[in-house]
This record gives sequence, C-alpha cells and structure tokens, in this order.
Amino acid sequence: MKLTLKIWRQKNSSDKGGFATYPVDHVSKDMSFLEMLDVLNEELTEKGEDPVHFDHDCREGICGMCSLYINGKPHGPLQTTTCQLHMRSFNDGETITIEPWRAKAFPVVKDLVVDREAFDRIIQAGGYVNVNTGGVPDANEIPVAKTIADLAMDAAQCIGCGACVAACKNASAMLFTSAKVSQLALLPQGQVERKTRAEKMVAQMDAEGFGACTNTGACEAECPKGISITNIARMNREYFSAVMSSDNV
Amino acid sequence: MSWVTKTLKSTLGRKLIMALTGLFLILFLTGHVSGNMLLFKNDGGEAFNIYAKFMTTNPAVKVLSYLTYISVIAHVIYSIILSRQNKSARPIGYAESKASTNSRWASRNMGILGTIILIFLVVHMQSFWAQMHWGDLPVVTYDGEEYKDLYSIVNFAFQNIFMVIGYVVAMAFLAFHLSHGFASAFQTLGWNHKKYSPAIKAIGQFYCIVVPVLFAAMPLYIYFTS
Ligand code: HEM
Ligand code: SF4
Ligand code: FES
Repeated sequence: MKLTLKIWRQKNSSDKGGFATYPVDHVSKDMSFLEMLDVLNEELTEKGEDPVHFDHDCREGICGMCSLYINGKPHGPLQTTTCQLHMRSFNDGETITIEPWRAKAFPVVKDLVVDREAFDRIIQAGGYVNVNTGGVPDANEIPVAKTIADLAMDAAQCIGCGACVAACKNASAMLFTSAKVSQLALLPQGQVERKTRAEKMVAQMDAEGFGACTNTGACEAECPKGISITNIARMNREYFSAVMSSDNV
Repeated sequence: MSWVTKTLKSTLGRKLIMALTGLFLILFLTGHVSGNMLLFKNDGGEAFNIYAKFMTTNPAVKVLSYLTYISVIAHVIYSIILSRQNKSARPIGYAESKASTNSRWASRNMGILGTIILIFLVVHMQSFWAQMHWGDLPVVTYDGEEYKDLYSIVNFAFQNIFMVIGYVVAMAFLAFHLSHGFASAFQTLGWNHKKYSPAIKAIGQFYCIVVPVLFAAMPLYIYFTS
C-alpha cells in the first residue's frame, strides 16, 4: 500500500505545532497501525530527522497507553485501540490524518503524545478502597451476586485511554470517571468510601478542566472497551445522593 | 463555599439545573399546547378568550407562570455557563472530525437550537404575552362579563404569511431540541434503567413530534381558514 500521512508535529508543549505530510510506501495490509508508524520513524531516523513521537506500551489492547485521533475518530475507524487497528482498515492511496487527543486537561507533550495525568489525579482523589491489612481473606468470604459482579467488571474494563474525552464535543471525562466510580460503588468492598468517592472524583474531574456531559453518546460509541453511558447515569445518582446525605458540609 | 453552592457550581449540579428546568418547560409546553387547542374551536374565539383570562388571573396559574419564567431564565443562563465551560475544555479543535458517525446532530447542536428557540420566545412573548398583560386590547362581552379579545390579536397576527412561516420553522427547531433533550434530561437525573429507558426514549420521540406539530398547526389553521 502507498499512503500519505498528515501528522501533527509539535516540538513541545509551548510550541505552536502544525501538520507535516509524509508519503509512505510498501505498507502491508497486515501491519498494525503502530507498526506502520514504526516504519515511518525508521525512515525518518535514517534521514537524520526527528521521529514522530506517539504513546504505546502493551500493543495488545489492554494498557490504554496508545491514543491518536485518526481520520476524525479516536483510535481510528474501528471501535478498538489504535494498537489493535490494522492497515487493512485503510485503502491504498489514502491520506490519513493523525492528530493528538484534544483537551485542555490533556496538554500535548510532543507531537502526538499528550499528558493524561489528569486521569491519575481523578483516581487518586477517590478511585480506591481502604482495606485492613492482615491475613489473606478467604475466597468467597464476601458474597457478590453474579449480576452485580458482571456490571462491576464491565465498568472495570476501562483502560483509561482517554478516547471518550477525545471523542466528546465537550472534552468531558464523564465516561472514564463514571466507570471508575461505578466499579467500586457496585461492590461491597467499595461501600466504605462510597459517598466521599463520588464527591471527590467529580470535584477532581471538574478541577482538571474537563467539560460537562451533553449526553451525546459519542464516548460510548468510540470507547474501545464498550463502556456504557449507563455508568454516567449511575455516577449522577451516586453524586446527587452523596451531596444530599454525606457529612461534608 | 457551602455544600449547596459547591454542588450547583459542579458540572453535575449545572446539568441538574438544565435537566430540571428543561423538564419543567416540557410540562409547561404540554399545558400550553393543550389550552391553545381551543384556537381550533369554531366559536369566534370565545373559549380561547375565556381561557386566556383564566390563565392571567387565576392565582394558582400565577405560581406556575412564575416558575416557568424562572425556568426559562435559569435554563438559558446555565446553557451559557455550560457552553462556555465546554468550549474552554477544548481550546484547540480537530482538523478533521467525524462526529456524525458517533452522535446525533441535535445532541451536538443544543446550543444553536436553543438560541433560535430563545429568539422565537422573545418575538412570541412580545406579540401575545405582552399584549395580553399590558396591551390595549379590544374588549368582548360574553354573558355580561368583559374579556380582552386576545383571539383577535392572534387571528390578525397569523394573516401574515411571514409570521406563519416563522412559527412553523421555530417549531421545527423546538422538535430537534426536544428530540435530544427529552431523554437526555432523564439520563442527567440518573434515570437510566433497562425497564424504563426504552419507554422514556419512545415517549420523547413521540412528544418531540406531536407537540411542535400541534403548535405549528395553529398558525397554519388560522391562515388557511380565515
Ligand atoms: C421551551 C423551551 C425549551 C425546552 C422545553 C427545553 C428543554 C431542554 C431539555 C429537556 C434539555 C436536556 C437537559 C439535559 O440534558 O439534562 C435541554 C438542554 C439544553 N437546552 Fe433547552 N429547552 C428549551 C429552551 C432552551 C433555550 C431558550 C435555550 C438557550 C438559549 C436552551 C439551551 C439548551 C442547551 C444548550 C441544552 C444542552 C445543555 C447541555 O447538556 O450541555 N434551551 N433543553
Ligand atoms: S471509558 Fe473507554 S474510552 Fe474512556 S478511558 Fe475508559 S476505556 Fe478509554
Ligand atoms: S498500546 Fe496498550 S492498549 Fe494500545
């Protein structure tokens, strides 16, 4: 395959940045999208140019590190992670536009790499449970209904990639935050901090400068892990009942 | 900051106000469209004028009408606050975006739709509501009691084809606003449930067509029958 890549290049967070165009040749349909970029980077390095910086880690769709806004959609045309996207999803001769996630809370570090620590700070604000240390508890000591466990596990699928923020017209982090609130609120282990968790995680989400939710559903449609916006409704319930009844005046 | 102001300043608190005021306006529209159906009665406007007097004098209706004014104002103010917050959350946009593949047009353009509804509301209130409250209306007498003849004003306004077209177009925008807003408000309130959500969505789609169509039928009916 022969392709033209239109890639966002930006030296650092204070650089203005802009698009650069690169022709690539001999791309196999079986390459992953990131492998295709690896090939480009090898060529750039050999020519003594600065390779295109992009985030990745596991390359098997489980870590949430890869990103990229490809041809107008986060993680490209399929509902999967960029590392699981293959060149067979594109046509020979196509021009592919590659941009970083765009959000005030996700500043560009370099080229296509954005800083997603805002998500870490939301987790630090309340996405944990306190447990007493001691002996290993017996398995099945705490009964959890299968249906509830399934809902919690569905929410826990979120890999924190940020595609929901990238897809949302408001750059809202509601889908991510609601998945993290839900996975703990549903389980018995999460009851102790249930109210403060909802309050603190929402407050942190706001402090990071994410937008509000207009319920467009773009996040759910683009999330590589199929996180449902029913989690957003659950977080809203958690939050409203927490502010009405918690001890935080 | 007290917990109340803190909550109302949070994104979720702001959305709560949007949803509650939006739902109240939906209730208002339901009442408004039902009452105005009297315009279809072929009695020279008698039933409509009696109804209009009741609506401007009854104390219980007064309470509801003040709630409606507050709802409109709060809904508009919070739509501005939210729109600004949402805009600033993405200072640099995308060069290429395929938003139409992941969301519906109405849901992405609630602000534009709302702005057009607001312009319509100002014109609408100026032509009828302000006239009824402070205007120099002709007076009619039914059974020895005097009534302001609002019907004649309405009747006169809708002889003008541009008024009629304006109303019909405005109702189309209202339909789009509600096609997303109705179900969205329940989602904001946290009311997303396997049992109820399909019904809420269906009622929303029904409502967003029937109510604007009935409203739009009124100027059309008057234009073509008188
Ligand atoms: C009778 C008139 C109106 C009704 C019945 C109505 C109803 C609604 C409802 C039910 C929602 C959904 C709330 C939610 O998502 O939780 C909504 C959202 C919205 N409305 Fe209205 N509305 C009306 C007029 C207006 C006007 C005049 C404006 C503004 C200028 C406006 C601007 C908006 C905006 C921007 C949203 C989306 C807010 C967001 O989620 O980001 N609306 N409306
Ligand atoms: S909710 Fe989905 S899109 Fe958002 S961070 Fe989690 S996995 Fe990524
Ligand atoms: S690199 Fe780990 S999910 Fe894509």
